[in-house]
Amino acid sequence: MPQSHPISSAAWPTTRLTINGQKHELTVDPRTTLLDTLRDHLGLTGSKKGCDHGQCGACTVLVNGARMNACLSLVAMRHGDEIVTIEGLGESETLHPLQQAFWTHDGLQCGFCTPGQICSAVGMFREIEHGVPSAAMANVAATPSLDAVEVRERMSGNICRCSAYPNIVAAILDSRQGHAG
Amino acid sequence: MDSIIGQGIDRIDGRAKITGAAAYAADKRAPDMAHGAIVTATIARGRITSIESTTARNTLGVLMVMTHENAPRQAPFQARADDRHARPKPQLASDEVQHFGAPVALVVAETPEAARAAADSVTVVYEKSAGVFELGDASRDAYDPLKASEGESSDSHIGAVDAAFDAARTRIDAIYTTPYQCHAMMEPHASLASWQNGKLTVWSSLQLIESAHKSIADTLLLEPDHVEVISEYVGGGFGGKLPVHADAILAALAARELGRPVRIVLTRQQMFHVTTHRPASIQRVRLGADADGTLTSIAHQSLSQSARADEFSEPIVNATRSLYAAPNRLTSQRIATLDLPVPDSMRAPGEAIGLLALEQAMDELAVALDMDPIALRLRNEPEQDPEKRVPFSTRALVPCLTEGARRFGWDRRRKQPGTTRDGRWLVGMGMAAAIRGNFLRKASARVTLKSARRAVVEMDMTDIGTGSYTVLAQIAAEVLGLPVENIEVRLGHSGYPDTPGSGGSFGASSCGAALHDACTKLKARLAAGEGAQGLSAEGHVTPGEDYKKYSQFAYGAHFAEVGVDETTGEVRLRRMLGVFSAGRILNAKTARSQLIGGMIWGVGAALEEEAVVDPRFGAFITRDLASYHVPVHADVPDVDAILLDELDPHANVLGSKGVGELGICGAGAAIANAVYNACGARVRSYPITLDKVLPTLLDRME
Ligand code: FES
Ligand code: FES
Repeated sequence: MPQSHPISSAAWPTTRLTINGQKHELTVDPRTTLLDTLRDHLGLTGSKKGCDHGQCGACTVLVNGARMNACLSLVAMRHGDEIVTIEGLGESETLHPLQQAFWTHDGLQCGFCTPGQICSAVGMFREIEHGVPSAAMANVAATPSLDAVEVRERMSGNICRCSAYPNIVAAILDSRQGHAG
Repeated sequence: MDSIIGQGIDRIDGRAKITGAAAYAADKRAPDMAHGAIVTATIARGRITSIESTTARNTLGVLMVMTHENAPRQAPFQARADDRHARPKPQLASDEVQHFGAPVALVVAETPEAARAAADSVTVVYEKSAGVFELGDASRDAYDPLKASEGESSDSHIGAVDAAFDAARTRIDAIYTTPYQCHAMMEPHASLASWQNGKLTVWSSLQLIESAHKSIADTLLLEPDHVEVISEYVGGGFGGKLPVHADAILAALAARELGRPVRIVLTRQQMFHVTTHRPASIQRVRLGADADGTLTSIAHQSLSQSARADEFSEPIVNATRSLYAAPNRLTSQRIATLDLPVPDSMRAPGEAIGLLALEQAMDELAVALDMDPIALRLRNEPEQDPEKRVPFSTRALVPCLTEGARRFGWDRRRKQPGTTRDGRWLVGMGMAAAIRGNFLRKASARVTLKSARRAVVEMDMTDIGTGSYTVLAQIAAEVLGLPVENIEVRLGHSGYPDTPGSGGSFGASSCGAALHDACTKLKARLAAGEGAQGLSAEGHVTPGEDYKKYSQFAYGAHFAEVGVDETTGEVRLRRMLGVFSAGRILNAKTARSQLIGGMIWGVGAALEEEAVVDPRFGAFITRDLASYHVPVHADVPDVDAILLDELDPHANVLGSKGVGELGICGAGAAIANAVYNACGARVRSYPITLDKVLPTLLDRME
């Protein structure tokens, strides 16, 4: 039987990172994921854990502007990074245009996948601006456009079991005007 | 003034959900909280002979290891009870293992990381017994569960089915199979339990607060008023959160032992075995018809899985008793006990899979008759409920069919399979009818005025994504004559008036009717001159005679267009439309969302979802979201739902019917029928994966 190795906090690494504009210095069990750090150590429970295995997208956050499954990253790997979670998206009283669009279009039911869907859509806009191709493109060397087919392809890492998909796509397409980058 | 009820206003809990502020069970924190990790059985049937947990106990940060050897005393499990979701759910109660993945130990530690690592180090030794894992193998021991659901019997027989079938000019006799399916809601089951002064509070993810409250209190042998159950936000349920599961009971037991709060969150992988699933089924449908399509006999017989650990019978054939006219009829439901995890209700239990068979059989009959499938259904429209022999409260199947056909462009469909093409795609259209029973359950509500212009609604109802918060606010606003913003709705707390909770699509109507009563009483007292501030009234509803005097269902029609890849057999949905009639709609926006959601569940059932049993181990091998496939964005093109105007005066005071399950009913069959129309492949074993379509395509090439 494999012996487990008790880990004492003396050996824990320190990670410095910025979350929603605030600097943090964290010394946590090195097995702790970025997702569990956000949720359990910083009280940012807007990022959800649907699978802990990179299969659902509920934990999607932005790392240096790119979307990432927070459950697939140890927090110790994010030293020096800038993280934005759903809590950091809107301004204190005003909603981010995507948040508003999800609400208006009823792009949510139970709401559990919603923070991940919204963060993922923010990251997707940036990917399209940067010309990142997708499997939905006939010619991957072309400049990607933002239409329903592209959105569906690029958002497929975010599962919604309530299946609000048509409304989510409508929300994303509708908010594209209000969002420049 | 325009009615507030029915308006498609934005969800009132929307802001909390889009900002991440909504706190689900696993988001709750308590001071000094410890974390539990469950160890599950790696055999399907047998006994635990020893548990080696020294390493776990010695792991830094571990607080306790609980097994059947030291678990506290709990109430015994009851095999049968009137309310199966309110029964005691004892955990780690004996050395017996009744299914793969059943909890066998709990490790509690200071951190989730420590708990999980320690749980991994627990070694359990078993004495294995042989089990039965395949439904076909168990069919010889199938038995009559006596009661299907909603008090209906498992069998019905009218006329002489066999003789009528033998004499029929056109006959369909086919076997359809549906696989194990999983709720796979996005929020894993989670509980946080905390004791204070001998009283227990459990924050959990639940659909039914009242029965969960009873189940938890009874299991722990506690007085009900010593237990509080809270479920403010639920990240999807679909039936999977009707029962109380191990997370709630084990958290409560461990928190009491340790004297500090304990949180347990099931892992995604554990959900597939620790919680429930939809049973697999084998269904035989026989239809006999005259040359003009008039049905002379309908027979629908089902066999589905039940579990050694607990009995469950999915009411697969119930809707068949009311959908079409025919003088000779037979339905029967049988179950067989397997050594698999426990099945339970999943979205539209019965109709969801019963219609996958019946509505595909109807399509087969239309082909055999060389008749349009819509015309076949119109031909067999009954004047009253064909088995209960009472009038329908309302029944708008025909308008759903005709309106849907018009909007979808059904007239462009070619009857001959394989004759419509778009590049490499063979394109086809299919349709199916939707029917779902409508129920009213006993419910209570309390409304209190905070001021002359502001009211608070309290009920132990839950909102599992269905829009309960919003439609209840609309009902209170309308009756009290206040703006919706001035209504605060508090749900999901066992201290609030009892409701049937979220399940069986009865939630909104039952709770809405009770709240309507409460608000009406409050208004009467105001009118009688009582002061506003603090004035409170309770309202109630109980199902009346109208549920016996009328046959109550919601109806709809599904239309699907699919493409079948000519060389690979891959099926892609291209567009889908559902037209529904479900009484008065309480919120046009959230109702449409629910119906679309249900239709997409139908897409999953038709094309993707299948929990596969490994017969060597009696385990589901599809135990994550990478192997248990649910529809994702790319699988869902243009899907829309239209609601016809209706009011059902016999349903309840609001005239509403449930919509949460209607959308899935028949949806998968419409897709199966579209696959046939596209390429001629008649796939009777769901899901319709490419391996099942390919043989037909190969034949076509020859
Ligand atoms: S929780 Fe990270 S992808 Fe599912
Ligand atoms: S809103 Fe429930 S999973 Fe997406």
